[in-house]
Amino acid sequence: MTATAESTESEFLSGNNTLKSRLRRAERMRKLWALALIAPMFIFLVIGFIIPIISLLKLSVEDLEVGEALPRTVEAFREWDGEGFPPPEALEIFAEELVISDENKSLGSATRRLNYAFSGFKSMLKKTGREAEEKLVGLPPDQILDGFIAIDKDWGNPEYWLAIKDAVGPLSDFYFLWAVDRQRDEEGNIIQRPEDQSIYIDVLLRTLEISIAVTALCFLLGLPIAYLLATLPPSKSNLLLILVLLPFWTSLLVRTTAWIVLLQNQGLINDMGILLGFWDEPLELIRNRIGVYIAMVHIQLPFMILPIYAVMKGINPWHMRAAESLGAHRWLAFFKVYLPQCLPGIGAGILLCFILSLGYYITPALVGGPQDQMISFWIVENMGRVLNWGLAAALSVILLGITLIFFFIYNRFVGFDKLRMG
Amino acid sequence: MALPVYASPLQRVWHYVFFILCTAIFIYLLVPIFVIMPLSFNSEPYFSYPMEGYSLRWYEEFFTSDQWLLGLKNSIIIGVFATLLATTLGTLAALGLNRADFRGKPVVMAVLISPIVIPIVITAAGMFYFYASIGLSSTIPGLVLAHATLGVPFVVITVSATLVGFDHNLVRAGSSLGANQTRVFFKITLPIILPGVVSGALFAFITSWDELVVAIFLAGAEQHTLPRRMWSGIRELLSPTITAVATMLILFSILLMVTMELLRRRTERLRGIRN
Repeated sequence: MTATAESTESEFLSGNNTLKSRLRRAERMRKLWALALIAPMFIFLVIGFIIPIISLLKLSVEDLEVGEALPRTVEAFREWDGEGFPPPEALEIFAEELVISDENKSLGSATRRLNYAFSGFKSMLKKTGREAEEKLVGLPPDQILDGFIAIDKDWGNPEYWLAIKDAVGPLSDFYFLWAVDRQRDEEGNIIQRPEDQSIYIDVLLRTLEISIAVTALCFLLGLPIAYLLATLPPSKSNLLLILVLLPFWTSLLVRTTAWIVLLQNQGLINDMGILLGFWDEPLELIRNRIGVYIAMVHIQLPFMILPIYAVMKGINPWHMRAAESLGAHRWLAFFKVYLPQCLPGIGAGILLCFILSLGYYITPALVGGPQDQMISFWIVENMGRVLNWGLAAALSVILLGITLIFFFIYNRFVGFDKLRMG
Repeated sequence: MALPVYASPLQRVWHYVFFILCTAIFIYLLVPIFVIMPLSFNSEPYFSYPMEGYSLRWYEEFFTSDQWLLGLKNSIIIGVFATLLATTLGTLAALGLNRADFRGKPVVMAVLISPIVIPIVITAAGMFYFYASIGLSSTIPGLVLAHATLGVPFVVITVSATLVGFDHNLVRAGSSLGANQTRVFFKITLPIILPGVVSGALFAFITSWDELVVAIFLAGAEQHTLPRRMWSGIRELLSPTITAVATMLILFSILLMVTMELLRRRTERLRGIRN
């Protein structure tokens, strides 16, 4: 070995320039590069997606409307123990703030929130706000409650005062209780909501029912197709696979539209049925559950077929022949030898189909009747038309929770890297 | 599936039952798509056969209606920009995810797939609430951002799949011959993963193109996209113009599907993978 080579080697082995540390540095650089490449996408999704969703879900536990409109009243009502009527000092503050907010017209969202507790609260508050300056301000403490009652006799009912106390926030289970048809009574016990407001447990059960039925129907229709695709020679199965993928690639709205055209009273199916003499009067195929099932199963079917087909394709056909040659009946061989090997695909198909069904909105909204609307419909309804964002958020949390539970199961058994759309 | 010559009569019967069953299911899958297309050429405003005559009046109505054309224009603008954004961010991220393992990777993956997993109505409601507070609702940029977030996961998944068989020695070879990182990327990496990037971009585009729920929440009348316009059309009065739009959208989907399939075959051929 020459002297130069020796000195280079000792340089390598000493100080901060060893091969090891250089390797480590290179490794670290690689990691930093990787992070720098991922960062833009990550930040984009966190700001554009995660934060909006969290800020929406937060609304389900917040109760800020009354506090924003009447900040001092809320403070005063927090002190009150909820027995009988609020103390005169709290009532005075309430009256003063009503005058201010009547002038600023800043009572809007607070009245809406209180109206959720009692319908009629809105008009009562507006009326009281209008008359507060004249009839309440300046009254001696022992007469102020009577002043309120003089404006509207409902102020004599302690439940209205408790409803204000219930809405002081900043956190509250009000919307979550509402989302499961419950509310609190005067003592703070959780009780059933009035009959005409109790719809959400039904909606939730209906969402699960439709999702389960659609998944089951997809399984029954998807299994034969997957089996056919997997057992045909590739030249034929590739052609048939395109026939499965074609509806899969067609937009959900287009397919739903096509079903409306087909299923309506003067639609093709009714025309054909009457023409061929199967039935005399147009059948009700739309605006009801039948329509929802027909259209939803059609849209979800590829999600069932594709994962099962992918697994079936890998099963060696000799296994079935071996079982049969050993004396098993075809059906016994199918159930004992073939089907158990398909289970990963079947599990993936069923879970995927169920998870995606849970969130359906467009299709039931267009082909279903009022009794066929799923939880998503009520989120849109409360978000848009009713403007009850707290309730929309609570329903979203429930829907998201159920979806995530099943997704974790999916991830555990299938892996989200298999989540390929097509 | 061919029936063996020694099949028993029962097996024969079952074979034909199975065949009929499968045919019926295929008819169910395809009928809506193939029935709606001829109806768009109906000269009468009805949705039933036999048709009285043929005409292009519903197509003419589409191409002369300001509302429909505005929807078409918005859909194209939003789709193109959302695709550019999603493809750029997604391709870079896929390269990063392929390069190294690091501690926060499960968190990154969870965030990445959340737009696919979270029900679209929740996504749309969240964006509606948040975008309104920063002045992005009822704007084209707002819809571009929203649609790009929905498209990013598909780009990352598609490009990652292409990168699985990627030979990193090619990058090392390029570097050892003196090319810098950027040059290596554009001369070696990008041409190899290009089919994956293009497939991802098509995925991102069709995600935006077909998207409706977010558009219902975020688009004002001026930002109506084609699906949003269709949604109003269906709910108000089901005019045959809708069938013309549907037909064009189906043809467009077929075109995209064929392109994707050709790209996939090309990738397989380049890599020498054969079934």
